[in-house]
Amino acid sequence: MFDLTATDYQAVLLSAKVALTATVLALPAGFLAASLLAFGRFRGKGLLEGLLHLPMVLPPVVVGYLLLLLLGENGPLGPFMHATGLRIIFTWWAAVIASLVVGFPLLVRAIRIGLEDIDEKLLQAARTLGAPWYDTLLSIVLPLSGRAVLAGASLMFARSLGEFGATIILAGNIPGLTQTIPLAIYDYVNSPGGDRGALALCLLSIGLSLAVLLCSETLIRALARRSKP
Amino acid sequence: MNLNLALQKKIGTFDFDVAFRTDSKRLGIFGRSGSGKSTLVNLLAGLLTPDSGVFRFADRVLFDSARRISVSPQKRRIAVVFQHSHLFPHLNVERNLLYGYRRIPAADRTIDPAELCRVLDIAHLLKRAVSDLSGGERQRVALGRGVLANPHLLLMDEPLSGLDEKLKYQIIPYLKDVLERYDIPLVYVSHSMNEMRMLVDEVLVLENGALTSQTSPETLARLRMKDCPMGYLNFFTLRDPVPNDQLWSYSWGNNRLVLTQSVVGTEALFTLPSKDILLFQRHPESISARNLLQGTVKNLFDLDRRIGVELDCNGQSLVATIVQQAADELSVAPGRELFAAIKADAFRRVY
Repeated sequence: MFDLTATDYQAVLLSAKVALTATVLALPAGFLAASLLAFGRFRGKGLLEGLLHLPMVLPPVVVGYLLLLLLGENGPLGPFMHATGLRIIFTWWAAVIASLVVGFPLLVRAIRIGLEDIDEKLLQAARTLGAPWYDTLLSIVLPLSGRAVLAGASLMFARSLGEFGATIILAGNIPGLTQTIPLAIYDYVNSPGGDRGALALCLLSIGLSLAVLLCSETLIRALARRSKP
Repeated sequence: MNLNLALQKKIGTFDFDVAFRTDSKRLGIFGRSGSGKSTLVNLLAGLLTPDSGVFRFADRVLFDSARRISVSPQKRRIAVVFQHSHLFPHLNVERNLLYGYRRIPAADRTIDPAELCRVLDIAHLLKRAVSDLSGGERQRVALGRGVLANPHLLLMDEPLSGLDEKLKYQIIPYLKDVLERYDIPLVYVSHSMNEMRMLVDEVLVLENGALTSQTSPETLARLRMKDCPMGYLNFFTLRDPVPNDQLWSYSWGNNRLVLTQSVVGTEALFTLPSKDILLFQRHPESISARNLLQGTVKNLFDLDRRIGVELDCNGQSLVATIVQQAADELSVAPGRELFAAIKADAFRRVY
């Protein structure tokens, strides 16, 4: 039953590549945004929170379309892209950007919940011992939030693997180039006699997601043992 | 230390408004919970920004609302030892200790970590995880971490209240040793009168976010005798233990006292409630109590149905409480010679 074609394999590899790239790229900004929301006290925090979480509640198609308008030839970033020769739309980078925008709120949310568990007195102690905020962030918050970061990253990775709506609009559905697993399944379903192929990819997708979850659970448990207060 | 402060802060319905200046090296902040002690700690450390006021410490302006000066906590060089020690859970003891040390300019690192570890008796713990420490060890490591930041001021916020009643005072000799050796001024916040008397020279009493008095711990303890069922607690710093026929004899100033307890080391602190002292008009020929001290009445204070009698015993002060009838019978008055009897097992060891 697992008679996968070459394009199927490409879709699987591309999905993994896109999800991994998007997650890795999002981590530093996600950590900073979560720290800002967890510890920051400033005007407009509610607004920032709303904006950051917006892609989570918007239909992915809407996100994809807005990104297309932003990055397209006639969009506000069009002249810049034209001048630098950068092409994003309908390349695999478009899939990365779609996943990045849609998965980012999940990452921030998970990290933030972990950060809010950190005793603020520890940060105060660090500051009275001479550490400025960025030092405190790196020497106290980051090491203590390993589990939260990991949980957020696996959530975002899994979400990116399944990204469909925004990707199909921004990256298109080009086999071997921008066709990720969900897009390949969509193609199979839409072509006569494609049931077997769709089912095979579905099973593969389940296996991949399960592996990611198991790996992160194991890691999180190992980290929990290490950083017990 | 030269500390000059006048700060106002409104938190919800709580109004904090305190002004004082002090030159004492060891300042106590005394008050019940909710009196504003923690607010003062946070304001001193810079963890809370006042609404208005001025805070100057040793020629440095740390806060001045009129001149828009507010020095951040990391630049104040005021190390805080918190109630629950708050050691960093992901770092071992050694890296906790060196956290502040590594963050000050090399030229300011005058305290040698190895020496401090010896003084605090934590050298054998360096490689341990902080989760493997006892309460007392945690508090000594927290103290070491603060001191190694070479602070201009050490701020301790109820450092003993989370500890086991039996062991909690054991850190006090360490603390005294460290403060003297490295000459660090101390601000000590607590609701315990005993800790105040053991550690500080001057006490500020806070109530409802306001300063109600600025006095010596001794005066405060006597003022509060009335409200305390134990009466007044006499503190004895005893030295040079000598075995004496199954008991131990110690020197107390120019007197010698006989106790049942032995101590390791040369100096120890014992307490004795004022109500456990018997007073005699003349020398009782033979009594069961092993200690009989002769003293002159220095002072009397009225304690609501009891009388506090302060005796001068060879230069040491001893306070006994007796009822009014006894005072009449003994015709106690300043200048009168009396004998005080104390049982050898009446003393309680503090550290």
